[in-house]
Amino acid sequence: MIVTAPVELKRESEANSLALPPNETDVSAKDQPRNRDPRGHSRASAAKGPSLIIEAGRRTGLELDNLWAHRDLFYILVWRDIKVRYKQTILGAAWAVLQPLFGMVVFTFLFGRLARVPSEGEPYAIFSYAGLLPWNFFATAVTFGSNSLVSTSNLITKVYFPRILVPTAALGAALLDMSIAAVILLVMMPICGVSYHLSLLLLIPLSALTALTAAAIAIWTAALNVKYRDIRYALPFAIQMLMFLTPVIYPVTFLPTRWRWLLRLNPLSGIIEGFRSAIFGRPFDFIGLAVSILMICLLLVASTYVFRRMEDDFADII
Amino acid sequence: METSITVNGLRKRYRVGGSQGYQTLRESIVSRFHRARSGGQERRDSAEDPNYFWALDNVSFEVARGEILGIIGSNGAGKSTVLKILSRITRPTAGRVELYGRVRSLLEVGTGFHPELSGRENIFLNGAILGMRRSEISRKFDEIVAFAEVEKFIDTPVKRYSSGMYVRLAFAVAAHLEPEILLVDEVLAVGDTRFYQKSTDKMRELNERGMTIVLVSHHMWLIQTVCTRGILLERGRVAAEGKPQVIIDHYRRGVQEGTAKDTNGSASDAQVDLRLAELTPFGNWASEREATPESGIRLNVVADIPSHPCVRAFVRATSPDGFVYFTLYSQRFEVPASRRLSCEGVVPRLMLNDGDYDIWVGICSDRETEEVLAETHFPLVVKDGHSFGGSRGAFWNHATWKMV
Repeated sequence: MIVTAPVELKRESEANSLALPPNETDVSAKDQPRNRDPRGHSRASAAKGPSLIIEAGRRTGLELDNLWAHRDLFYILVWRDIKVRYKQTILGAAWAVLQPLFGMVVFTFLFGRLARVPSEGEPYAIFSYAGLLPWNFFATAVTFGSNSLVSTSNLITKVYFPRILVPTAALGAALLDMSIAAVILLVMMPICGVSYHLSLLLLIPLSALTALTAAAIAIWTAALNVKYRDIRYALPFAIQMLMFLTPVIYPVTFLPTRWRWLLRLNPLSGIIEGFRSAIFGRPFDFIGLAVSILMICLLLVASTYVFRRMEDDFADII
Repeated sequence: METSITVNGLRKRYRVGGSQGYQTLRESIVSRFHRARSGGQERRDSAEDPNYFWALDNVSFEVARGEILGIIGSNGAGKSTVLKILSRITRPTAGRVELYGRVRSLLEVGTGFHPELSGRENIFLNGAILGMRRSEISRKFDEIVAFAEVEKFIDTPVKRYSSGMYVRLAFAVAAHLEPEILLVDEVLAVGDTRFYQKSTDKMRELNERGMTIVLVSHHMWLIQTVCTRGILLERGRVAAEGKPQVIIDHYRRGVQEGTAKDTNGSASDAQVDLRLAELTPFGNWASEREATPESGIRLNVVADIPSHPCVRAFVRATSPDGFVYFTLYSQRFEVPASRRLSCEGVVPRLMLNDGDYDIWVGICSDRETEEVLAETHFPLVVKDGHSFGGSRGAFWNHATWKMV
């Protein structure tokens, strides 16, 4: 087959610079006009003005509508963390059961038997488990959350989405662990001679408060960790210390009355005391809980503010 | 013409040196202390400050709806920074961007892919990361799997995938995004040739449905064949803008000179000016746009040569990334009194194997240095439909065999 003049890549310059006709190999491939839009929203959009403006400067608002628009990503991130949590482990999800169980056995032996830490007349095993349940959740969630941004740096530098989804989604897997641990609690209660009370239902809102506390700390430390990797080394130590400043293995009443207010500034104190009241069916310390809720609110506002202020630089410094 | 993207006076400053990455707490405290001592002023105007560097320095351009804009430039010219700002990954230091329509960006294939998760799970994960709704992914799921050609392995963890499968799956998800504006960075260089073809076809198809595409690439062939317009960035500034071919020529000239000088209208009087360069098929061609190894080409060159008494014309075949297969020179041509040389050359048989080539045509000096005075190039596709096994190797040849 002889083709006469097909590859007409002809260039003829008018002046010094090369001015070229349209690339004709390209045009011959498509006969249709380029600017056609079957969905028909193109005409309207120009009149509407820009749908997105990017400018220098910082955003500090929470942009809830933007968060809502990305809710599917949030679910997927939670789901991913849960899904890969115990991959390539032999025991798998059994770890969620074994971790709090071991903790309880060790603490019951060390503090309950040897050190004889008072447990307000309740079986020490259940007493300490009631503290370990929210504490383990808090510690796991914060450890995960604080590393979450740094460990998803590949996402941060390649895709836009509200970054706050990352440390908050990291809570999901820890929450699942806590639910499993809670089932163990229900199994152990009758074994240790603790009867069920209707107040057990209050564990659900109390868990939500724990989650909010963990979220606040995770959001704050995750942002700081992007900029200052010191956090990675400081945090495990800080969490260990905090455990002793929280009534996990001892009751609030263990402290002299005049120091108890200090313990109450720790939002986890009110929550853990609440856990015990709900499990043993005892009256609640509402003032303690109210202080906790107030502290949680303050922490959340402060940590989101810090996060939003640092968020724009994440991709550049991570 | 409807506007899709407006970029105005975009600047982006990065810190250079040890502290560009993460800081330790101590460094930050120390630098704050220094700042306090120097009057509490942050050095905002840092034009001369060696600690800062402008990745983008006053970049402005517009993109119309339905355009495919290619951005080229050498490493560090600011191409990726433009895309990162447009896709909201990082903020500009100054300037303003207006985007008209839903934006999605593809700066990497398979962003967020998790090796432990199956292909099926990663489609949902990656889709959500790229901004798709869950319902949207479910709806397109079968299509994505078919496009990626991984049906059999859809429930296998992707860590067991071959790299080709991995890239195909990742690109398939991205190809099913339906934004009005798509931002793409150097992502097509990863697949094999067939998949590359499929991807560029998909890009054209999306574009024909009205999508605006901004493409950053080193791949000149891609820019040339897919883009409708190009921008050349040099050290954070727009050095040239126009038809892809013009931009690529600018870029190549800059690269050949070794220094990225301002190539805008710097033609001196004594420079050789190619008035016409034409490539037409000679002999049998497979189709209008595809040569075979046995096809030939005819070249017509008209050039104004103000100062050289004698020159030679040449034709050179290279791969798109610059590997030279052959360079063929003419005999010495004496430049006529009109200073305009007109010549014709024929390469009867290309003898090139299947693939994409650039055919360069130009004028060079008659000295031993063979200094190129002016040149331009054309893309060429060679398809060999006959040979068993698609004739392997760098060169094509022909042999006759018989049983004895």
